[in-house]
Amino acid sequence: MRSIIPPDFVIRIDHNKCRRCGTCVRGCGFGALSFARSLWDRSLAIFKGQEDMQKVYSRLEGYIPDHVVGDNTRCVQCHYCVTHCPEGAINIEPNPLAYKASHHWLPEYMRNVWLQAETGGVILTGSGNDKAYFSYFDHMVLDACQVTNPSIDPLREPMELRTYLGSKPDALEFDRFPDGRLRLKTRLAPQLRLDTPIVFAAMSYGAISLNAQKALAMAAKEAGTLMNTGEGGLHKDLYPYADHVIVQVASGRFGVNAEYLERAAAVEIKIGQGAKPGIGGHLPGEKVTEDVSQTRMIPVGTDALSPAPHHDIYSIEDLAQLIYAIKEATAYTKPVSVKIAAVHNVAAIASGIARAGADIIYIDGFRGGTGASPLIIRDHVGIPIEVALAAVDERLRQEGIRNRVSIIAAGGIRHSGDVAKAIALGADAVAVGTAALVAMGCHVCQKCYTGNCSWGIATQRPELVERLDPEKAAERLVNLLRGWSLELKEILGALGTNAVESLRGNRERLRGVGLNEQDLRILGVKPAGVGIGG
Amino acid sequence: MIEMDARSLPYRELNRLIREAVNAGEDRIRLRNVCGQRYIGAGLRRPVHIEISGVPGNDLGVFMDGPTIIVHNNAQDGVGNTMNDGLIVINGDAGDVVGYGMRGGCLFIRGDVGYRVGIHMKAYKDQVPVIVVGGTAGDFFGEYMAGGIMVLLGAYGRARRALAGDYLGTGMHGGVIYLRGRPDPDRLGKEVRAFDLDAGDAGLLQPLLDRFAAYFGTEPLDVAREPFIKLIPVSHRPYGRLYAT
Repeated sequence: MRSIIPPDFVIRIDHNKCRRCGTCVRGCGFGALSFARSLWDRSLAIFKGQEDMQKVYSRLEGYIPDHVVGDNTRCVQCHYCVTHCPEGAINIEPNPLAYKASHHWLPEYMRNVWLQAETGGVILTGSGNDKAYFSYFDHMVLDACQVTNPSIDPLREPMELRTYLGSKPDALEFDRFPDGRLRLKTRLAPQLRLDTPIVFAAMSYGAISLNAQKALAMAAKEAGTLMNTGEGGLHKDLYPYADHVIVQVASGRFGVNAEYLERAAAVEIKIGQGAKPGIGGHLPGEKVTEDVSQTRMIPVGTDALSPAPHHDIYSIEDLAQLIYAIKEATAYTKPVSVKIAAVHNVAAIASGIARAGADIIYIDGFRGGTGASPLIIRDHVGIPIEVALAAVDERLRQEGIRNRVSIIAAGGIRHSGDVAKAIALGADAVAVGTAALVAMGCHVCQKCYTGNCSWGIATQRPELVERLDPEKAAERLVNLLRGWSLELKEILGALGTNAVESLRGNRERLRGVGLNEQDLRILGVKPAGVGIGG
Repeated sequence: MIEMDARSLPYRELNRLIREAVNAGEDRIRLRNVCGQRYIGAGLRRPVHIEISGVPGNDLGVFMDGPTIIVHNNAQDGVGNTMNDGLIVINGDAGDVVGYGMRGGCLFIRGDVGYRVGIHMKAYKDQVPVIVVGGTAGDFFGEYMAGGIMVLLGAYGRARRALAGDYLGTGMHGGVIYLRGRPDPDRLGKEVRAFDLDAGDAGLLQPLLDRFAAYFGTEPLDVAREPFIKLIPVSHRPYGRLYAT
């Protein structure tokens, strides 16, 4: 069927600047740029065997200029060509094509209707929810000290970001020796030690390239934090970083065996994901290459289907059974995390997870990213992390079980201000996925599901993967974590505190700007203008 | 050979003792008076031999990678959950979600099994998981099955019901299910189709039937004389045309 969908973008090439080096032509993973010459060759191929047509065309050949042409319909605005053109000769613009103005029928919705009219399928997308939902992060501000309680200068004074993830005891007991020395008697649950309260979100080998995973692992080791394999298994190349790797057990159980559990710093049961709450995963057979097949432990070319639920988990009791199965299989040496999407009943679910014996609850808000999700689910299912986090923290405190679990908040963390606000709302740490990919070069074009990522991140095509140098990408990630950590220290200093522990769940240091009473109540935050204790 | 009395032992304590024995190099462990203790054999990676009297609890042999477990009675839910290698023989019935996500090794169950058995079993290279059930099965037998072999004999169970329940092989995209008898077409998932056996099937199935007979002391069934059929997926990519691209 001939498509009636106009291109989203227009490729502008300045032919005066272009020196036809071919960097963009080779660079575009989506094949949107080519030399006119190759177009010529393609047209010629169409008339293969038809000698008269070949003759006509070959006479015209000399008149075809050898310049770069863009195929707008293939462009996804990932800016790989723009970034790498040595002459600065390319720009990508939104298609200026005007539609009859409507506040209701936005061009995007018409485009999607056309796409489905042409294919009859579910529309896929990548990355996170991009719709103009209200942002709570952008309507909360942090406090700072002035005059009466002095702020602290993090440049001169120690500022503690060290964070331990894991279950904390209800109380501590000590043995007292005759000479007055004390020794801790309480046996502590296993803990994960982080040098900064930021971990990398779960992204599987399959969804992202091995080089991208290696970069995350190297950066996690260097920065004293953790990466997460997602549900795609653990590639042998990541074994040296195992102390900084969380491995996932998801409904498809891909790559899960006793050795996999043994090699990790912690094990995470994946129930849900912010970008696609309540639905399963589906890695199409095309992406199950030889190497991906080894890590997932499935045959090459078969679809990797993760059912929507774990078929051995239909209740909190069933979840408890899997949590303890993992604890038994790892002799109680590793924390077990449970990852859920932020949904309406998240507080009650989190309470159940804590009571089921999890050490960590990972809550993923509706802005969280994905390698592939139905668009309609990504954009219309789930709730924002800010309210989910506040509701969970409040519920666990009310029930007196907040100490039993650590909370990782994720789904839309863009900068260290979001990190600080999430911690003030009750998170022990945050996880960043999209931000980490952006640090590696991702331009959030949302085409991860195509496997054509020009930046070598969300692809398995060898010629694309090889352009992402794991060491250089790791350096960028480490720099990002360093920058955010320094900023967190500045924020803590301004708050007059010297440890991230003092900010954790400290909503008194947050104020709402432009939030209604209901929102403020749910967030447990006072409006700006109300003083301390007010 | 070490013998343990599991009476009144909480599962965590029992499993700790088993782990310690295995780590100390013990090759044979006999457990007496087991009564519902969960996770026996969880994650064990040595080819030890564990014999169980009494009824083990849920998740028997979960994540197991090599041991042999012989149960003289019934077992409960989750036998062989996400098991990688080894052998589990149950001289009785087993419950729900048996062999979930199993990637290798064999389960032989003399009697009936519950719901959701063999969901998302998968094979990889020389690892081919096998489940042989002597009795009947509940709904969702072999759902989402991605690889491996499942055999349902309907010969030695006590439950008075059809050979298999509803949604048989729903979403199946790999592996093979052998049934001793033709299932009601209404109960089949739409991703599978029933076929008669060929010579290759007989070569695969007969040794499993012989092993079943050897484990349980029954008369060996003869593939050629029994009404076996096989279910295989129509496509190894049942959801390939789901998306707009």
